[in-house]
Amino acid sequence: MRSRSSNSASPALVLGALGGLIFLHAPIWIIFLYSFTTDEATYTFPLPGFTTKWFGVALQRADLWSALSLSLKVAVVATAAALVLGTLAAAAVYRSNFFGREAISLLLVLPIALPGIVSGIALRSAIGTLDIPFSYWTIVIGHATFCVVTVYNNVLARFRRMQGSLVEASMDLGANSFQTFRHVVLPNIATALVAGGMLAFALSFDEVIVTTFTAGQQSTLPIWIFSQLVRPRDRPVTNVVATIVVLITFLPIFFAQRISASSADTEGETK
Amino acid sequence: MTTPAIRFESVSRHFGEVRAVDQVDMEVRDGEFFSMLGPSGSGKTTCLRMIAGFDRPTSGRIMLYGQDVSDLPPYERDVNTVFQDYALFPHMNVGDNIAYGLMIKKVDKAERTKRVDEILDLVQLSGFANRKPSQLSGGQRQRVALARALINHPKVLLLDEPLGALDLKLRQQMQVELKAIQKRVGITFIFVTHDQEEALTMSDRIAVFNEGKIEQVGEPSEVYEHPASQFVAGFVGTSNVISGDVALRITGSSQTFSIRPEKIHLGSMDEAVDSDMHSVEGNVRDVVYLGLYTRYLVEIAPTLDMVVVSQNLRTTSADVNSVKGLPVRLSWNKAHTSVLGGRGA
Amino acid sequence: MLNRLSTYLYRRPRLVLGLLLGPPLLYFVVVYLGSLFALLLNSFYYLEEFTGLVVRQFTLTTYAKLFTPTNLGIFFRTASMALTVTIADAIIAFPLAYYIARFAPKKIKTYLYIAVTIPLWSSYLVRVYAWKLILAKEGIVSWFFNLFGLQFILDKILSIPVIGGSSLSLSPIGMFIAFCYIWLPYMIVPIQTALERVPKSLLEASSDLGANPAQTFRQVLLPLAFPGVVAGSIFTFSLTLGDFIVPQVLGNSRFFIGQAVYTYQGTAGNIPLAAAFTMGPIVIMIVYLLIARKLGAFDAL
Repeated sequence: MRSRSSNSASPALVLGALGGLIFLHAPIWIIFLYSFTTDEATYTFPLPGFTTKWFGVALQRADLWSALSLSLKVAVVATAAALVLGTLAAAAVYRSNFFGREAISLLLVLPIALPGIVSGIALRSAIGTLDIPFSYWTIVIGHATFCVVTVYNNVLARFRRMQGSLVEASMDLGANSFQTFRHVVLPNIATALVAGGMLAFALSFDEVIVTTFTAGQQSTLPIWIFSQLVRPRDRPVTNVVATIVVLITFLPIFFAQRISASSADTEGETK
Repeated sequence: MTTPAIRFESVSRHFGEVRAVDQVDMEVRDGEFFSMLGPSGSGKTTCLRMIAGFDRPTSGRIMLYGQDVSDLPPYERDVNTVFQDYALFPHMNVGDNIAYGLMIKKVDKAERTKRVDEILDLVQLSGFANRKPSQLSGGQRQRVALARALINHPKVLLLDEPLGALDLKLRQQMQVELKAIQKRVGITFIFVTHDQEEALTMSDRIAVFNEGKIEQVGEPSEVYEHPASQFVAGFVGTSNVISGDVALRITGSSQTFSIRPEKIHLGSMDEAVDSDMHSVEGNVRDVVYLGLYTRYLVEIAPTLDMVVVSQNLRTTSADVNSVKGLPVRLSWNKAHTSVLGGRGA
Repeated sequence: MLNRLSTYLYRRPRLVLGLLLGPPLLYFVVVYLGSLFALLLNSFYYLEEFTGLVVRQFTLTTYAKLFTPTNLGIFFRTASMALTVTIADAIIAFPLAYYIARFAPKKIKTYLYIAVTIPLWSSYLVRVYAWKLILAKEGIVSWFFNLFGLQFILDKILSIPVIGGSSLSLSPIGMFIAFCYIWLPYMIVPIQTALERVPKSLLEASSDLGANPAQTFRQVLLPLAFPGVVAGSIFTFSLTLGDFIVPQVLGNSRFFIGQAVYTYQGTAGNIPLAAAFTMGPIVIMIVYLLIARKLGAFDAL
């Protein structure tokens, strides 16, 4: 037979796929590389020399530490809010077939589906109209709006994969709603909460567009980086910070994706 | 008479315009194996869910051993369920699954372990306590689900088509086992099924559901031999249902009646017919040889066939095929005809 | 006690629904919809030029200011960029998505999926920054062209009017590359999902009916994967439309929508004009979503 076996990809396709993959990941490795450059004023390639001293310099910078701590504080609280609100919304949408559940989903997705600038300027307008002073909380409130959807999606997907009869079985065996939540629902959605929470954390830790509109004069880590991008003053330090940010966000995202992928794999199919 | 285990007092359950259960009255006796039989959408599952407490009647009352439980949540009724999909908790092992009810009731750990071992013995799964549900076969999961319900000594055990997911061999084996377990523990079983054979095999009594109402309640033999309505006659086994002019010709009355195919004798035209028999003449239109028995389609009136089955006691395939196209006389004992009332007649 | 509360709630499913839905709904209606409403409201105010204060009075003058040649140019430039990026991303994404969905061995597949989705969540800003490094005059790309003595090609490309510039890192071409890179995962995932939903039997049926692999691809797979492409394009289009980081970092003095909004609200303090400006991408997105729905994109999401 001349026709290709349907199980092997043509060389052109493999090449295209590989190209896509390299395009997706190579730039990140280049960032790592640059954090070791001795070049202070330009982005010369090949690097004129290697050094690790910029990591030490970055660690000494008070402005970086305060930006990092603000970012972490915002991300933790925004994630906590997202976990509560997202889970409640997912539970509501899952358990009842009420009128307008599509609208709820749409409403929650809106903050990440609309261009970031829209959410940003909208929040900015509200802050301006109500004369609310910029603060830590204006940042958190902004971040929570777009973090909710990651938790919501993860938890709702898990609810849908969960056998509907489990909750009934638990109640049938004598457990009231609270016991059922603690012994049956929570263990079954735990990894979805972890995955959704980690993604929410990464999303918040990394966010810059909405934050620019809700932060006022405060500087989160992404805002610090952004100011460096527009007016580069500390190139080598920026390189180091970029590397650190990639590393900090990489782990939670990797594990979150791992969890979602593996729970989707093992679902239903049993050996 | 003792208090019935379950008593429905004109119970209805409406979902919007749909009357899933419509004014049902029924009683399930203490200690019996009671089946609710009917096609999907007939209301049997809704009835079961109302007994379990997952659903509440729109009107009417449900009594459990004399107590009105219509408004009690599931965890406050002494009733347990074996779910169609078993609903085993995937994050717990078999032992923890079975001990769940005891854990909720705060029975101490040693006692729980002891009772789990006992019940695993009963369902022939000793030594499986540490397995995860995902490591079990369908039949084993079914036993775990049964054990998990039985360990709480419920007053009534509900079974929602628990054998539906099993293959035929296993299903037949489980039918026998379930019945044996029920005899041993003496608990009232209410069994929902759409499989008439299953219901006939296992039950002490059967309620046949159709369109939210009960068509007939009775012992298996009664339901089979004397179906109360055309629906029951058609749904439980196969039946020849004859009405109108043809009925008048045969029985002297135009009332609709049914007769089971295996009760009919297929004889030649010159065979004598006793006075306690009904008879009708016809032509053999088709013959299907099925090994154990043969099924004949006999045309007794234009576009009206009667089905006759007869065991191949002495006959071979050549014998049975030779009657095709021949005129025959069908006869059966008058006592075997059931005059049908009810709807659809 | 808990039992009684549980029973109380069990009998009132609507109350439970209300309790579950209340907090998130309240939050989103008050904070988010409230903000969007404030946005709409502000777009009907205007900035008093002399005092620099926002006058809270209904007017359409702010909207009128949108229709200057400069501003229309900004809308047009941004929308063209969004469209080009979307098309390019669809082309780059398809082979990878196709490979992951149809050919990747099971073990590798999970990791490929993760490899695609990690950039989706991570370090957006850092990934923009990477291109600043790569595209810089003294950076990798220039080095690469020099290595083969091809500098003149790069110069030729950069001298193209409108899309060229003094260096790749300060030109629409550079922005285009960065945009393609940043939003690529958003295109891969929906295409892959759509391809995976095509049952194998359909492809087998097609080849059984005499189609060769290329025909099967064109006649069966591509049409069925198309909603996935459209779904992905919603993201790439919308995200490009509203971004101000990439134009700010890699662009020149010719503004994009995001930059305009950012600048008006920031240095100029003209929130009404920024708000009115934002209505542009919103209207464009609504039109785009309506078209996407016609093309079946929402089933592929």
